[in-house]
Amino acid sequence: MTSTEPRLIPKLMGARVKRKEDPRLIQGRGTYVDDVKLPGMLHAAFKRSDIAHGRIVSIDTSAAEAMPGVELVLTGAQLAQHLPPQPVMTPFPAPPHHAITPDVVRFQGEPYAVVIATDRYIARDAADAIVAEIEPLPVLVDPEAAMQPGAPQIHEGFANNVAIFIPAGTGVDQAAGTVNNAAIEAAFAQADVVISQRMINHRLAPTPIEPRGIVAHWEPGKEALTIWASTQSAHLFKGFIAGLLGLGEDQVRVIAPEVGGGFGAKLIYGEDYAISAISRMLGQPVKWIEDRSEAFMTTSHGRGILGYIDIAARRDGKVLGVKARLIADIGAYETLFTAAIPTLTNGMLSGVYDIPAIRAELTEVFTNKTPTDAYRGAGRPEGIYFIERAMDMLARELQMDPAELRRRNFIQPHQFPFATQAGNLYDSGDYEKALDKALEISGWESLKAERDAARAEGRVVGLGMSFYVEICGVGGWEHASVTVQKDGRVVATTGTSPHGQGHETTFAQMLGDQLGVPIEHITVLHGDTAIVRQGTGTFGSRSQVAGGTVLMMAGEKVRDRMASFASHMMDANPADLAFENGRIFVKGSPGSGKTFAEVAGYAYMGAGTAAMSGMAYPPDAQPGLSEEAFWEPGGAGTFPFGCHIALVEIDRDTGELELRRMIAVDDCGTIINPLIVEGQVHGGLAQGIGQAMVEEVVYDEDGQLITGSFMDYAMPRASDFPMFEMDKTVTLSPHTPLGTKGVGEAGTIGSTPCIVNATVDALSPFGVKHIDMMLRPERLWAIINTNGGQA
Amino acid sequence: MSTRVPVTITVNGKVRTAEVEPRLLLVHFLRENLGLTGTHVGCDTSQCGACTIMVDGQSAKSCTIFAVQADGCNLQTIEGLAPEGGLHAMQEGFWEEHGLQCGYCTPGMIMSGVDLLNENPNPSEAEIRKGIDGNFCRCTGYQHIVKAIQYAAKKG
Ligand code: FES
Ligand code: FES
Repeated sequence: MTSTEPRLIPKLMGARVKRKEDPRLIQGRGTYVDDVKLPGMLHAAFKRSDIAHGRIVSIDTSAAEAMPGVELVLTGAQLAQHLPPQPVMTPFPAPPHHAITPDVVRFQGEPYAVVIATDRYIARDAADAIVAEIEPLPVLVDPEAAMQPGAPQIHEGFANNVAIFIPAGTGVDQAAGTVNNAAIEAAFAQADVVISQRMINHRLAPTPIEPRGIVAHWEPGKEALTIWASTQSAHLFKGFIAGLLGLGEDQVRVIAPEVGGGFGAKLIYGEDYAISAISRMLGQPVKWIEDRSEAFMTTSHGRGILGYIDIAARRDGKVLGVKARLIADIGAYETLFTAAIPTLTNGMLSGVYDIPAIRAELTEVFTNKTPTDAYRGAGRPEGIYFIERAMDMLARELQMDPAELRRRNFIQPHQFPFATQAGNLYDSGDYEKALDKALEISGWESLKAERDAARAEGRVVGLGMSFYVEICGVGGWEHASVTVQKDGRVVATTGTSPHGQGHETTFAQMLGDQLGVPIEHITVLHGDTAIVRQGTGTFGSRSQVAGGTVLMMAGEKVRDRMASFASHMMDANPADLAFENGRIFVKGSPGSGKTFAEVAGYAYMGAGTAAMSGMAYPPDAQPGLSEEAFWEPGGAGTFPFGCHIALVEIDRDTGELELRRMIAVDDCGTIINPLIVEGQVHGGLAQGIGQAMVEEVVYDEDGQLITGSFMDYAMPRASDFPMFEMDKTVTLSPHTPLGTKGVGEAGTIGSTPCIVNATVDALSPFGVKHIDMMLRPERLWAIINTNGGQA
Repeated sequence: MSTRVPVTITVNGKVRTAEVEPRLLLVHFLRENLGLTGTHVGCDTSQCGACTIMVDGQSAKSCTIFAVQADGCNLQTIEGLAPEGGLHAMQEGFWEEHGLQCGYCTPGMIMSGVDLLNENPNPSEAEIRKGIDGNFCRCTGYQHIVKAIQYAAKKG
C-alpha cells in the first residue's frame, strides 16, 4: 500500500450502482451509427480486392455507373486527387497508405473503388458490377519468409519487408543507438538452466458486434462537416479528418453515438476519410456501414507476434535473464498505432519478476494480410504470454510448483517504484498477496490432488496459472469539464469516449461523492466534439486513470467556487462547509444550509442582479459555476496486476478442451463500481480464453482469408465458459488521487497463458512441454492418441 | 428495379402494410421502413443473433428472413416487449445484473432470453448457456447475461 490517502468519504464510490446507460439500451432506444438517417442521405459500398497482392491494370466502372440510383463511382486513383495518404500516430517510418488504393492491392479486401447510390442494396449491386484487371504479384503470408533477403517487396523503401527493427532492454541505449551485450551474456553464462522455445501469439479479429460505420454530412454554405462514427475517440477522429481534408478543426464535428464495442479496433480508417471527402464533393450526407465479411478482411487484426524466447535461471529457480527475438507480422500497411503496438511487447517481458537482464529484439514485417493494430491489451498480452509460458516451462524443468517459482522471483513491495530491465517503471504492487489469495480461493493444493486423482483414472486433466501485470493510463492528456447548472443539477463532459465501459455511471459516482450530489442529478456527456470541448479518447485502459482523475480536478474547482458562494450566503468559513445530499451546510448542522439550487441560483445572478434583489455578491466574484481541466498522467503509467488459475480437461475421444474452473484475482487499485469492474474482467477473460481455445485468423498460402465469417472464425459462446470465480486485492497507485489503476484489459492479458499452461500440464504425461495456440481439438486428440493413448 | 410485392405484417400490435422488394431482409424492413432500430445487424451469415425478434411467438433471426416471408405474421421487437413506460422482467434482469456493456447484442440477447424462458421457465445454468449460444456478445463474457436470465426466471 502506498501513502496516498483518499480525500473523499466514498458513498457512491465502491457501490454496485446500476448503470445510467442501461434504460435506453435495454429498450432498443440507443442510437448507433446505422440508426442515423438524414434527408437526402446516400449509401456507399466499396469494391474490394479478391486477391492478396496485385497491380491494378484497369478498372471498368461503366456498368456500375449506368445503374439507376448510382450517383458516383470513384476509383482509388480518382479519389487520391482529392485525398492524401493517411497519417499514422507513431514516430516510425510508414509507407504511403491511401484510403482507396490507386495502384497496387496489398491484401485481400483492400478497396480499389467505391460506389455511392441512393440505396444500400443498389450500392452493393453496383460495386459488384465493377470489373477490374489486376495482375497478380507474389504473395507473402509468412513473416519469416517475407524478411529473407531476396523476398519480393511489398513496399518500396522497406528492404526485406522490414518496417522497423528495435532492440530493447539491458545494455541497449536507444538514444545513443548503442548495444552492449556484456550483462545479458553474463546472465546466460552463469545459468544452471536455459530453456529456449519458439512461441506464436497468433492473429485475432477484434470483432466488436457492431461493425464499423460512418455517416458524413457536409453542408455547403455552412462549410461544415458533421460526422457520426463508431469510434473510440471522437476527438482524434475529428483532428485526423480535419487534417487530411484540409479543414479547420472548428469545421468538423464528430459524434460517436452509442458505440457497439471497440476493443482497440475502432479509431479511424481509410473508409472514414473516403466517405468524408465524398460527402464534401457531393454536398450530401453519405453513409457506409461495414458488413461482417468486410470486418474480418479490413478491420485491423490484433496480436500476430512470433517469439523466440530464451530464459536463463539458477537451479533454485532464480531467473537470471530473458532473451526474446520477436517478429511481428503487421500485415500490408501501418495504420494508426500498428508499429507502436509490438514495442509494448518488448516492455512487458519482465512480467512481475525482478529479472536482472533482459534483451529484446523486435522486427516488424510487412506481409500481404490485413494490417494489425491495437486489440484489447495491445502488445501487452503478447509480452505476458511469452514470459508466463517461459516461467511455466522453467517450473516444469526444475520440477518446482509454478506458484513457488513465481514467488521466488516476484518484485517485492519495498522495491517500488521499480524500473524493469525491459524499460518500464512500475508504480506499485504486492504480488505475493494476490498470489496467496488466488491459491486460497482456488484451493490450489486440493486442485492438484484432484488433478492427480483424475489422471490416475486415465483422464486428461491439467492445472495452470499465470501472473500478469499491465500498463494503463498512457496515451497522453485528458480533458473534463464540470458545470453546476442554475437549477443545481450537475453536467460534466469527459474527453474519454466510452463504448460499453459505463463512464456515465462511474464518473457520476465520483462526482456525486465529490460534490455531495445525488447521482440522479448528474449527467455525464461524451463523444460529441461540439459538446465536449477537448479530449483524447478511450483506449489502453486509460479512462479511469486519465479521464477520472481530470474529472475530479475540474470537480474540485467547481466545488471550491460553490463553497465560496455558499460561504458568502451563509456567512461561514468555506473550510467549515459540508457538501451532502445536494445541500451545503456548516459541518455539524445539516438541518440548516442551502440547497445546490439556491447556491447555484445565487452564483449565476452576478453582482448586478444580486444588488437588485437586495443581496450582497462576493466582492470581485465573477458569476457562474463551470470549470474545466486538462491533465496528463506522468508518462510512466499505472500497473494493475493479477493472478489467474485454470483447471482444464481434454476429452480423450474427441480432443475437446473443456475449461472447468477459472479463478481470477485482479488488482486494479481502488474500485469505483465493482459491478462494472467485474464486467470488464469477465469480458477480458472471455477474450483471452477465446484466443487460447477457439479464435484464430487463418490465411492460406495465397493470402486468402480462410476465417472470413462467423462460420469459420469461432467466437466464444456462452457455453464455452464456466462461472468465473473472482476476487481482488487492492494496491493503490501513487499516480492517481484515488489510487485507481485501470482494468479494461486485465482479464485478456492474464487468461491466455493461464489456459495454455493448464493445457500443457494436462498433456505433460504425453511428453508435451509446449504447444502453440489455438488449442484445436484435433491437435490435442492427435497428441493424446499417438502411442496408442499411453502416457 | 425489381417488382414490388405488397405485405401486411403486424409489428408490436400494429398492422403495417408496405410494398417491398422481394429481396428486402426482414431486419431491414423493420429498421429502414418502420424505423424500429432497436433490432441490430451484426453479421451477414445468421450467426450473431443481434437481429433476434419474435415471429409468431418464437424467436427468429430477422436477417435470415425476407420481409415477404413474414407476410401475415405477428412480430414482436425489443421496442414492443414491455408496455410503454414499463420494463419486461428480462429487461429488468439485464439492468440489475449488468448484463450489457456496449448494448449492441442486448436487444437480440433479451429476445432470446425471453424465448428461452417461454420454453423452459426454470432453466439450469447450463441450459441458459446453451440457450443463448446463437447470440454473440463480445463485451460481457456472458456471466452477467446468465445472471440476468436467472433473475428473470426467478421473477417468473
Ligand atoms: S445479424 Fe447476425 S444473426 Fe442476424
Ligand atoms: S454488450 Fe457489447 S456485444 Fe454484448
